[in-house]
Amino acid sequence: MNAFAIGLPHYLSLSALLFVIAVVGIFLNRKNIIVLLMCVELMLLAVNTNFVAFSSYLRDLHGQVFVFFILTVAAAEAAIGLAILVLIFRQRDAISPDDLNELKG
Amino acid sequence: MSVTPFLFYLFAAVLLFSAFRVVTTSNTVHAVLYLVLAFAQGSCLWMMLGAEFLSITLILVYVGAVMVLFMFVVMMLDIKLEAQPKGFLRRFGWASLFGVFIAAEMLLVLTSVASPSAGAGMAVAPDGAGRPSNTAALGKLLFGPYVLPVEVAAAILLVAMIVAISLTLRERKDSKFVDAGWQVRAKAKDRMEVIKMPVSQIAVAAPLGPEGEQAQMPEGKAS
Repeated sequence: MNAFAIGLPHYLSLSALLFVIAVVGIFLNRKNIIVLLMCVELMLLAVNTNFVAFSSYLRDLHGQVFVFFILTVAAAEAAIGLAILVLIFRQRDAISPDDLNELKG
Repeated sequence: MSVTPFLFYLFAAVLLFSAFRVVTTSNTVHAVLYLVLAFAQGSCLWMMLGAEFLSITLILVYVGAVMVLFMFVVMMLDIKLEAQPKGFLRRFGWASLFGVFIAAEMLLVLTSVASPSAGAGMAVAPDGAGRPSNTAALGKLLFGPYVLPVEVAAAILLVAMIVAISLTLRERKDSKFVDAGWQVRAKAKDRMEVIKMPVSQIAVAAPLGPEGEQAQMPEGKAS
């Protein structure tokens, strides 16, 4: 095993960086709910990469089963989120999160 | 020296770059396309980790279905693009400050704590010869001990489909249809109504003519 070998910390660092980029994206995008949804998808990708990396290095397939279920729920979440988005756009012709402040009181 | 580390760094670099472009680009269509690139790179990384089934699933389900759905919605909604919304730079400064902070914390934890398998066989994804198929092993797990969660996941997908359709369904105003429940509820007395009528009626003055003669015939019989 040489110095350049890729180990578990490499994968974990990569998914941590990916997660942070997605968090920064949620901070950054205030004009577009679609980009916020895409940031959530990126976060899920980072978390799933964590699961797969641990599953591979610990030789335990249950982590991959978890990734399977996360993918299922994420697909459902994306579908319902986009449907709600379409409804919002029909109601007010804009999808800026700044406009959705009715619950603020 | 194998080519694996270079592949890892290549995929990781492209993944981080495309994720960065997803959050910074102002064109939503470009953001979706960069997200597709990010998922493709993630799938390659999972393949390197030995999770073949999940990496193919990521391509099929995410790139093939969810990203296409995103693209449909982006193109269906007529979003007014603003080149760079005001306050972008200030927010970018704050966001990157927090981001660097969080990343530094995570990396500190990851590099200071010994990884659980640091000593034991670190060899990632042993070469395929003697290894059982990842898909077969995962399938045995999914349809063995995890069969109830699989059913629940299927139900969740069904519910999500019904919700998404019923949320966005717009009923047509001009469609002609018969309500089936209303049909079933109908009783025989709703079908036909018997009304009392007097036996004879005063004739209204009918216009005379060839048809007029015939029209008056039954009336004369009745009286």
